[in-house]
Amino acid sequence: MALTREQLAQRVSQEFKDGYYVNLGIGIPTLAANYIPDDMEVLLQSENGLLGMGPFPLEEEVDADLINAGKQTVTMKTGASIFSSAESFAMIRGGHVDLTVLGAFEVDCQGNIASYMIPGKLIKGMGGAMDLVAGADNIIVTMTHASKSGQSKLLKECTLPLTGKGCIKRVLTDLALMDIEDGKFILRERAPGVSVEEILSLTEGELVVPDHVPEMQV
Amino acid sequence: MAGFDKVVTSYTEAMAGLEDNMTIVAGGFGLCGIPENLIKEIKRKGTRGLTIASNNAGVDGKGLGLLLEDKQIRKMIASYVGENALFEAQMMSGELEVELTPQGTLAEKMRAGGAGIPAFYTATGYGTPVGEGKEVREFNGRHYILEEAIQGDFSIGKAWKADRHGNLMFRKTARNFNPMAITAGKISVVEVEEIVEVGELDPDEIHLPGIYVNRLIKGTFEKAIEQRTVRNA
Repeated sequence: MALTREQLAQRVSQEFKDGYYVNLGIGIPTLAANYIPDDMEVLLQSENGLLGMGPFPLEEEVDADLINAGKQTVTMKTGASIFSSAESFAMIRGGHVDLTVLGAFEVDCQGNIASYMIPGKLIKGMGGAMDLVAGADNIIVTMTHASKSGQSKLLKECTLPLTGKGCIKRVLTDLALMDIEDGKFILRERAPGVSVEEILSLTEGELVVPDHVPEMQV
Repeated sequence: MAGFDKVVTSYTEAMAGLEDNMTIVAGGFGLCGIPENLIKEIKRKGTRGLTIASNNAGVDGKGLGLLLEDKQIRKMIASYVGENALFEAQMMSGELEVELTPQGTLAEKMRAGGAGIPAFYTATGYGTPVGEGKEVREFNGRHYILEEAIQGDFSIGKAWKADRHGNLMFRKTARNFNPMAITAGKISVVEVEEIVEVGELDPDEIHLPGIYVNRLIKGTFEKAIEQRTVRNA
Protein backbone atom coordinates (compact mmCIF):
# COMPACT_ATOMS: atom_id res chain seq x y z
CA MET A 1 0.00 0.00 0.00
CA ALA A 2 1.16 3.51 -0.74
CA LEU A 3 2.06 5.46 2.38
CA THR A 4 -0.49 7.85 3.85
CA ARG A 5 0.48 11.44 4.57
CA GLU A 6 0.94 10.49 8.22
CA GLN A 7 3.18 7.53 7.34
CA LEU A 8 5.28 9.74 5.07
CA ALA A 9 5.67 12.21 7.93
CA GLN A 10 6.57 9.35 10.25
CA ARG A 11 9.25 8.05 7.86
CA VAL A 12 10.67 11.57 7.49
CA SER A 13 10.94 11.82 11.27
CA GLN A 14 13.23 8.76 11.29
CA GLU A 15 15.85 10.99 9.66
CA PHE A 16 15.89 13.33 12.66
CA LYS A 17 18.82 13.10 15.05
CA ASP A 18 19.25 14.47 18.54
CA GLY A 19 20.53 18.06 18.35
CA TYR A 20 19.43 18.66 14.76
CA TYR A 21 18.29 22.05 13.49
CA VAL A 22 15.60 21.22 10.92
CA ASN A 23 13.67 23.23 8.35
CA LEU A 24 10.36 21.65 7.38
CA GLY A 25 8.53 22.81 4.26
CA ILE A 26 4.80 23.39 4.03
CA GLY A 27 2.54 20.31 3.91
CA ILE A 28 3.75 16.77 4.67
CA PRO A 29 7.18 17.94 5.93
CA THR A 30 5.46 20.08 8.59
CA LEU A 31 3.51 17.02 9.77
CA ALA A 32 6.81 15.30 10.59
CA ALA A 33 7.11 17.61 13.62
CA ASN A 34 4.37 15.51 15.24
CA TYR A 35 6.67 12.46 15.22
CA ILE A 36 9.77 13.82 16.92
CA PRO A 37 10.63 11.13 19.52
CA ASP A 38 10.23 12.23 23.15
CA ASP A 39 13.84 11.42 24.00
CA MET A 40 15.20 13.60 21.20
CA GLU A 41 15.79 17.34 20.99
CA VAL A 42 15.15 18.86 17.56
CA LEU A 43 14.80 22.60 16.91
CA LEU A 44 12.63 23.65 13.98
CA GLN A 45 13.71 26.59 11.85
CA SER A 46 11.02 28.67 10.16
CA GLU A 47 12.55 30.81 7.41
CA ASN A 48 10.50 33.89 8.24
CA GLY A 49 12.80 34.29 11.24
CA LEU A 50 12.23 31.78 14.03
CA LEU A 51 14.37 28.99 15.43
CA GLY A 52 12.62 26.82 17.99
CA MET A 53 9.12 26.74 16.58
CA GLY A 54 6.51 25.14 18.83
CA PRO A 55 3.04 23.70 18.14
CA PHE A 56 -0.02 25.69 17.07
CA PRO A 57 -1.22 27.99 19.86
CA LEU A 58 -4.19 27.48 22.14
CA GLU A 59 -7.03 29.83 21.23
CA GLU A 60 -5.99 32.31 23.96
CA GLU A 61 -2.32 32.20 22.89
CA VAL A 62 -2.89 33.30 19.27
CA ASP A 63 -0.51 36.15 18.39
CA ALA A 64 -0.63 37.87 14.97
CA ASP A 65 3.09 38.68 15.37
CA LEU A 66 4.05 35.01 15.65
CA ILE A 67 3.62 32.94 12.48
CA ASN A 68 5.50 30.28 10.52
CA ALA A 69 6.60 30.35 6.88
CA GLY A 70 3.15 29.07 5.87
CA LYS A 71 1.64 32.15 7.60
CA GLN A 72 0.04 29.92 10.23
CA THR A 73 -0.07 31.08 13.84
CA VAL A 74 2.46 29.14 15.93
CA THR A 75 4.19 29.22 19.32
CA MET A 76 7.82 29.30 20.42
CA LYS A 77 9.57 26.56 22.36
CA THR A 78 11.66 27.44 25.39
CA GLY A 79 15.07 28.46 24.04
CA ALA A 80 13.67 29.87 20.81
CA SER A 81 15.25 32.81 19.02
CA ILE A 82 13.96 35.42 16.58
CA PHE A 83 15.90 37.05 13.76
CA SER A 84 15.49 38.87 10.46
CA SER A 85 14.96 37.26 7.06
CA ALA A 86 18.56 38.07 6.05
CA GLU A 87 19.87 36.31 9.16
CA SER A 88 17.51 33.41 8.54
CA PHE A 89 18.84 32.83 5.05
CA ALA A 90 22.41 33.32 6.21
CA MET A 91 21.78 30.23 8.37
CA ILE A 92 20.27 28.37 5.44
CA ARG A 93 22.78 29.39 2.76
CA GLY A 94 25.66 29.08 5.17
CA GLY A 95 24.88 25.40 5.68
CA HIS A 96 24.04 25.69 9.38
CA VAL A 97 20.71 23.87 9.13
CA ASP A 98 21.24 20.11 9.57
CA LEU A 99 18.24 18.82 7.64
CA THR A 100 15.80 20.33 5.16
CA VAL A 101 12.59 18.59 4.12
CA LEU A 102 10.50 19.93 1.29
CA GLY A 103 7.98 18.92 -1.35
CA ALA A 104 8.32 18.87 -5.15
CA PHE A 105 6.41 18.38 -8.41
CA GLU A 106 9.28 16.53 -10.10
CA VAL A 107 12.76 15.23 -9.31
CA ASP A 108 15.16 13.74 -11.84
CA CYS A 109 18.07 11.32 -11.59
CA GLN A 110 20.57 14.18 -11.99
CA GLY A 111 19.37 15.52 -8.64
CA ASN A 112 17.41 18.38 -10.21
CA ILE A 113 14.20 19.51 -8.53
CA ALA A 114 11.16 21.37 -9.88
CA SER A 115 8.75 22.59 -7.24
CA TYR A 116 7.67 26.17 -7.73
CA MET A 117 5.97 26.77 -11.05
CA ILE A 118 3.73 25.16 -13.65
CA PRO A 119 3.89 27.59 -16.59
CA GLY A 120 0.49 28.91 -17.56
CA LYS A 121 -1.17 27.23 -14.60
CA LEU A 122 0.39 27.92 -11.25
CA ILE A 123 2.70 30.88 -10.70
CA LYS A 124 2.91 31.53 -7.00
CA GLY A 125 6.65 31.82 -6.59
CA MET A 126 9.51 29.91 -5.01
CA GLY A 127 9.41 31.49 -1.57
CA GLY A 128 12.47 30.15 0.24
CA ALA A 129 12.71 26.85 -1.65
CA MET A 130 15.52 27.88 -4.02
CA ASP A 131 17.66 29.12 -1.13
CA LEU A 132 16.95 25.96 0.86
CA VAL A 133 17.93 23.54 -1.90
CA ALA A 134 21.02 25.59 -2.80
CA GLY A 135 22.17 25.99 0.78
CA ALA A 136 21.46 22.68 2.47
CA ASP A 137 23.57 19.56 2.11
CA ASN A 138 21.14 17.18 3.75
CA ILE A 139 17.81 17.47 1.94
CA ILE A 140 14.90 15.06 1.77
CA VAL A 141 12.26 15.64 -0.87
CA THR A 142 8.82 14.23 -0.07
CA MET A 143 6.35 13.76 -2.89
CA THR A 144 3.97 11.32 -4.50
CA HIS A 145 5.76 8.87 -6.80
CA ALA A 146 3.38 9.37 -9.72
CA SER A 147 0.49 11.60 -10.73
CA LYS A 148 -3.10 10.43 -10.25
CA SER A 149 -3.09 9.30 -13.89
CA GLY A 150 0.01 7.17 -13.23
CA GLN A 151 2.68 9.39 -14.76
CA SER A 152 6.05 9.17 -13.07
CA LYS A 153 7.36 12.23 -11.22
CA LEU A 154 10.81 10.66 -10.88
CA LEU A 155 12.16 11.51 -14.25
CA LYS A 156 15.18 11.25 -16.52
CA GLU A 157 14.97 15.01 -16.81
CA CYS A 158 12.60 17.47 -15.14
CA THR A 159 10.11 19.07 -17.54
CA LEU A 160 9.08 22.02 -15.32
CA PRO A 161 11.23 25.08 -14.46
CA LEU A 162 13.90 24.05 -11.95
CA THR A 163 14.06 25.12 -8.32
CA GLY A 164 17.60 23.78 -8.02
CA LYS A 165 20.18 21.97 -10.11
CA GLY A 166 21.95 18.81 -9.00
CA CYS A 167 21.18 19.36 -5.33
CA ILE A 168 18.87 16.48 -4.35
CA LYS A 169 20.35 13.26 -2.99
CA ARG A 170 17.38 11.65 -1.22
CA VAL A 171 13.71 11.33 -2.18
CA LEU A 172 10.88 9.84 -0.14
CA THR A 173 7.69 9.07 -2.01
CA ASP A 174 4.50 7.28 -1.03
CA LEU A 175 6.04 4.14 -2.57
CA ALA A 176 9.77 4.26 -1.94
CA LEU A 177 12.84 5.82 -0.37
CA MET A 178 15.57 6.45 -2.92
CA ASP A 179 19.02 7.99 -3.04
CA ILE A 180 20.40 9.71 -6.12
CA GLU A 181 23.97 8.80 -7.06
CA ASP A 182 25.85 9.22 -10.35
CA GLY A 183 22.76 10.03 -12.40
CA LYS A 184 20.71 7.12 -11.07
CA PHE A 185 18.01 6.55 -8.49
CA ILE A 186 18.99 3.83 -5.99
CA LEU A 187 16.08 2.05 -4.31
CA ARG A 188 16.69 1.92 -0.55
CA GLU A 189 13.30 1.04 0.98
CA ARG A 190 9.83 0.07 -0.20
CA ALA A 191 6.53 1.12 1.32
CA PRO A 192 4.98 -1.86 3.12
CA GLY A 193 3.33 -4.19 0.62
CA VAL A 194 4.63 -2.36 -2.46
CA SER A 195 6.62 -4.48 -4.91
CA VAL A 196 9.88 -3.55 -6.59
CA GLU A 197 8.14 -4.13 -9.93
CA GLU A 198 5.48 -1.52 -9.15
CA ILE A 199 8.14 1.01 -8.19
CA LEU A 200 10.13 0.25 -11.35
CA SER A 201 7.04 0.70 -13.52
CA LEU A 202 6.36 4.14 -12.04
CA THR A 203 9.95 5.42 -12.15
CA GLU A 204 10.97 6.99 -15.46
CA GLY A 205 14.58 7.72 -14.52
CA GLU A 206 17.03 4.84 -14.22
CA LEU A 207 16.39 2.96 -10.97
CA VAL A 208 19.04 0.67 -9.50
CA VAL A 209 17.57 -2.11 -7.37
CA PRO A 210 19.98 -3.60 -4.82
CA ASP A 211 19.68 -7.31 -3.91
CA HIS A 212 17.83 -6.57 -0.75
CA VAL A 213 15.28 -3.74 -0.49
CA PRO A 214 13.71 -3.72 2.96
CA GLU A 215 10.21 -2.47 3.75
CA MET A 216 9.92 0.83 5.58
CA GLN A 217 9.26 0.68 9.29
CA VAL A 218 6.12 2.81 9.60
CA MET B 1 11.47 68.09 13.60
CA ALA B 2 14.60 69.01 15.44
CA GLY B 3 17.95 67.31 15.80
CA PHE B 4 17.54 63.56 15.72
CA ASP B 5 13.82 63.63 16.45
CA LYS B 6 12.29 61.57 13.60
CA VAL B 7 8.68 61.72 14.74
CA VAL B 8 6.02 62.94 12.33
CA THR B 9 2.40 63.20 13.36
CA SER B 10 0.44 62.62 10.17
CA TYR B 11 0.52 59.93 7.50
CA THR B 12 0.44 62.64 4.84
CA GLU B 13 3.71 63.96 6.21
CA ALA B 14 5.09 60.44 6.55
CA MET B 15 4.71 59.70 2.83
CA ALA B 16 5.31 63.24 1.53
CA GLY B 17 7.45 63.28 -1.60
CA LEU B 18 6.31 59.93 -2.94
CA GLU B 19 5.73 60.34 -6.65
CA ASP B 20 4.52 58.28 -9.58
CA ASN B 21 6.96 55.65 -10.95
CA MET B 22 9.07 55.53 -7.80
CA THR B 23 10.46 52.34 -6.23
CA ILE B 24 9.44 51.31 -2.73
CA VAL B 25 11.12 48.64 -0.60
CA ALA B 26 8.64 47.25 1.93
CA GLY B 27 8.97 45.10 5.05
CA GLY B 28 6.61 42.33 6.15
CA PHE B 29 6.02 38.62 5.59
CA GLY B 30 2.52 37.79 4.42
CA LEU B 31 0.41 40.17 6.51
CA CYS B 32 2.76 39.87 9.50
CA GLY B 33 4.71 43.02 10.34
CA ILE B 34 3.48 45.01 7.34
CA PRO B 35 3.34 48.82 7.43
CA GLU B 36 -0.41 48.68 6.97
CA ASN B 37 -1.19 52.34 7.53
CA LEU B 38 1.63 53.55 5.27
CA ILE B 39 0.20 51.31 2.53
CA LYS B 40 -3.26 52.81 3.13
CA GLU B 41 -1.72 56.28 2.79
CA ILE B 42 -0.18 55.31 -0.58
CA LYS B 43 -3.63 54.13 -1.67
CA ARG B 44 -5.17 57.42 -0.50
CA LYS B 45 -2.52 59.43 -2.37
CA GLY B 46 -3.21 57.46 -5.53
CA THR B 47 0.47 57.27 -6.54
CA ARG B 48 0.82 55.13 -9.67
CA GLY B 49 3.38 53.22 -11.69
CA LEU B 50 5.09 51.98 -8.54
CA THR B 51 7.76 49.30 -8.39
CA ILE B 52 7.53 47.51 -5.07
CA ALA B 53 10.02 45.07 -3.58
CA SER B 54 8.34 43.03 -0.85
CA ASN B 55 8.37 39.33 -0.03
CA ASN B 56 4.63 39.07 -0.71
CA ALA B 57 1.93 41.19 -2.29
CA GLY B 58 -0.66 41.09 0.49
CA VAL B 59 -4.02 39.41 -0.01
CA ASP B 60 -7.19 40.70 -1.65
CA GLY B 61 -8.19 43.87 0.21
CA LYS B 62 -5.29 43.81 2.71
CA GLY B 63 -1.71 44.99 2.75
CA LEU B 64 -0.21 45.62 -0.69
CA GLY B 65 -3.33 43.97 -2.12
CA LEU B 66 -4.99 47.37 -1.53
CA LEU B 67 -2.70 49.00 -4.10
CA LEU B 68 -3.73 46.48 -6.76
CA GLU B 69 -7.37 47.62 -6.60
CA ASP B 70 -6.57 50.89 -8.40
CA LYS B 71 -3.67 49.37 -10.37
CA GLN B 72 -1.07 51.50 -8.60
CA ILE B 73 1.67 48.86 -8.88
CA ARG B 74 3.50 48.49 -12.20
CA LYS B 75 6.08 45.97 -11.08
CA MET B 76 6.35 43.65 -8.11
CA ILE B 77 9.61 42.06 -6.92
CA ALA B 78 8.57 39.24 -4.59
CA SER B 79 9.29 35.63 -3.66
CA TYR B 80 5.73 34.41 -3.23
CA VAL B 81 2.56 35.89 -4.65
CA GLY B 82 -0.09 33.21 -4.08
CA GLU B 83 -3.24 33.92 -2.11
CA ASN B 84 -4.19 36.97 -4.15
CA ALA B 85 -6.73 36.62 -6.97
CA LEU B 86 -6.46 40.24 -8.15
CA PHE B 87 -2.68 39.92 -8.35
CA GLU B 88 -2.94 36.79 -10.46
CA ALA B 89 -5.47 38.42 -12.80
CA GLN B 90 -3.30 41.52 -13.36
CA MET B 91 -0.18 39.38 -13.82
CA MET B 92 -1.87 37.11 -16.37
CA SER B 93 -3.23 40.10 -18.33
CA GLY B 94 0.24 41.67 -18.42
CA GLU B 95 -0.79 44.82 -16.52
CA LEU B 96 1.49 43.89 -13.67
CA GLU B 97 5.10 42.89 -14.17
CA VAL B 98 6.46 40.35 -11.69
CA GLU B 99 10.08 39.53 -10.92
CA LEU B 100 10.02 36.36 -8.83
CA THR B 101 13.04 36.44 -6.56
CA PRO B 102 14.09 33.74 -4.09
CA GLN B 103 13.29 34.75 -0.54
CA GLY B 104 16.85 34.68 0.78
CA THR B 105 18.16 36.47 -2.29
CA LEU B 106 15.49 39.14 -1.85
CA ALA B 107 16.44 39.67 1.80
CA GLU B 108 20.12 39.90 0.87
CA LYS B 109 19.40 42.28 -2.04
CA MET B 110 17.71 44.62 0.43
CA ARG B 111 20.50 44.22 2.97
CA ALA B 112 23.09 44.92 0.29
CA GLY B 113 21.09 47.91 -0.92
CA GLY B 114 21.25 49.49 2.50
CA ALA B 115 24.84 48.45 3.16
CA GLY B 116 26.49 49.93 0.07
CA ILE B 117 27.16 46.59 -1.62
CA PRO B 118 26.13 46.79 -5.29
CA ALA B 119 25.93 43.04 -5.93
CA PHE B 120 26.81 39.65 -4.47
CA TYR B 121 27.27 36.05 -5.59
CA THR B 122 24.89 33.35 -4.42
CA ALA B 123 24.38 29.71 -5.38
CA THR B 124 20.62 30.21 -5.04
CA GLY B 125 18.95 30.07 -8.44
CA TYR B 126 21.95 28.78 -10.41
CA GLY B 127 20.73 26.59 -13.28
CA THR B 128 17.12 27.78 -12.84
CA PRO B 129 15.05 30.49 -14.58
CA VAL B 130 16.22 32.91 -11.86
CA GLY B 131 19.82 32.55 -13.02
CA GLU B 132 19.10 33.14 -16.71
CA GLY B 133 21.12 36.02 -18.16
CA LYS B 134 23.04 36.57 -14.94
CA GLU B 135 26.81 36.41 -14.59
CA VAL B 136 28.03 33.02 -13.33
CA ARG B 137 31.26 32.50 -11.45
CA GLU B 138 32.85 29.45 -9.95
CA PHE B 139 34.30 29.49 -6.44
CA ASN B 140 35.82 26.30 -5.01
CA GLY B 141 34.14 24.17 -7.65
CA ARG B 142 30.63 25.53 -7.13
CA HIS B 143 28.61 27.80 -9.38
CA TYR B 144 27.23 31.11 -8.18
CA ILE B 145 25.18 33.82 -9.88
CA LEU B 146 25.62 37.56 -9.48
CA GLU B 147 22.59 39.24 -7.93
CA GLU B 148 22.29 43.02 -7.72
CA ALA B 149 21.25 45.03 -4.68
CA ILE B 150 17.85 46.70 -4.39
CA GLN B 151 17.47 50.32 -3.37
CA GLY B 152 14.26 52.28 -3.13
CA ASP B 153 13.29 55.93 -3.43
CA PHE B 154 11.33 55.09 -0.31
CA SER B 155 11.37 52.24 2.16
CA ILE B 156 8.41 51.50 4.40
CA GLY B 157 8.56 49.32 7.49
CA LYS B 158 6.81 48.41 10.70
CA ALA B 159 8.43 47.98 14.10
CA TRP B 160 7.04 47.40 17.56
CA LYS B 161 8.64 50.10 19.65
CA ALA B 162 10.87 53.07 18.93
CA ASP B 163 12.41 56.00 20.71
CA ARG B 164 12.11 59.44 19.14
CA HIS B 165 15.50 59.01 17.44
CA GLY B 166 14.07 56.09 15.47
CA ASN B 167 15.98 53.37 17.31
CA LEU B 168 13.80 50.33 16.69
CA MET B 169 12.72 47.14 18.39
CA PHE B 170 10.68 44.53 16.58
CA ARG B 171 8.34 41.96 18.07
CA LYS B 172 8.52 38.21 17.33
CA THR B 173 8.26 37.18 13.67
CA ALA B 174 6.94 40.63 12.71
CA ARG B 175 10.66 41.46 12.36
CA ASN B 176 11.15 39.41 9.15
CA PHE B 177 12.17 41.67 6.20
CA ASN B 178 11.72 44.93 8.10
CA PRO B 179 15.30 45.56 9.30
CA MET B 180 16.76 45.20 5.78
CA ALA B 181 13.89 46.85 3.92
CA ILE B 182 14.11 49.93 6.13
CA THR B 183 17.82 50.40 5.38
CA ALA B 184 17.32 50.19 1.61
CA GLY B 185 15.31 53.37 0.98
CA LYS B 186 16.61 56.88 0.28
CA ILE B 187 13.77 58.04 2.49
CA SER B 188 12.83 55.44 5.08
CA VAL B 189 9.52 55.65 6.86
CA VAL B 190 8.68 53.45 9.83
CA GLU B 191 5.45 53.07 11.73
CA VAL B 192 5.38 51.66 15.23
CA GLU B 193 2.98 50.74 18.01
CA GLU B 194 4.71 52.81 20.65
CA ILE B 195 7.15 55.74 20.73
CA VAL B 196 9.11 56.34 23.92
CA GLU B 197 11.49 59.11 24.98
CA VAL B 198 15.17 58.84 24.12
CA GLY B 199 16.97 56.93 26.87
CA GLU B 200 14.11 54.62 27.67
CA LEU B 201 15.34 51.82 25.38
CA ASP B 202 18.34 49.77 26.45
CA PRO B 203 21.01 50.36 23.76
CA ASP B 204 21.88 46.65 23.88
CA GLU B 205 18.33 45.72 22.95
CA ILE B 206 17.90 47.93 19.91
CA HIS B 207 17.43 45.81 16.77
CA LEU B 208 17.95 48.58 14.23
CA PRO B 209 19.66 51.92 14.98
CA GLY B 210 17.82 55.16 14.21
CA ILE B 211 20.48 56.22 11.68
CA TYR B 212 18.53 54.21 9.09
CA VAL B 213 15.21 55.92 9.88
CA ASN B 214 14.11 59.26 8.41
CA ARG B 215 10.49 59.45 9.51
CA LEU B 216 8.75 57.75 12.38
CA ILE B 217 5.04 57.63 13.10
CA LYS B 218 2.89 55.96 15.72
CA GLY B 219 -0.05 54.01 14.35
CA THR B 220 -2.81 51.64 15.38
CA PHE B 221 -2.79 48.28 13.69
CA GLU B 222 -5.35 45.74 12.60
CA LYS B 223 -2.75 42.92 12.45
CA ALA B 224 -4.81 40.59 10.29
CA ILE B 225 -3.99 36.87 10.48
CA GLU B 226 -3.82 34.90 7.23
CA GLN B 227 -3.94 31.36 8.62
CA ARG B 228 -5.38 31.25 12.09
CA THR B 229 -4.40 27.78 13.34
CA VAL B 230 -5.01 26.61 16.91
CA ARG B 231 -4.69 23.39 18.86
CA ASN B 232 -7.18 22.10 21.40
CA ALA B 233 -6.30 22.22 25.09
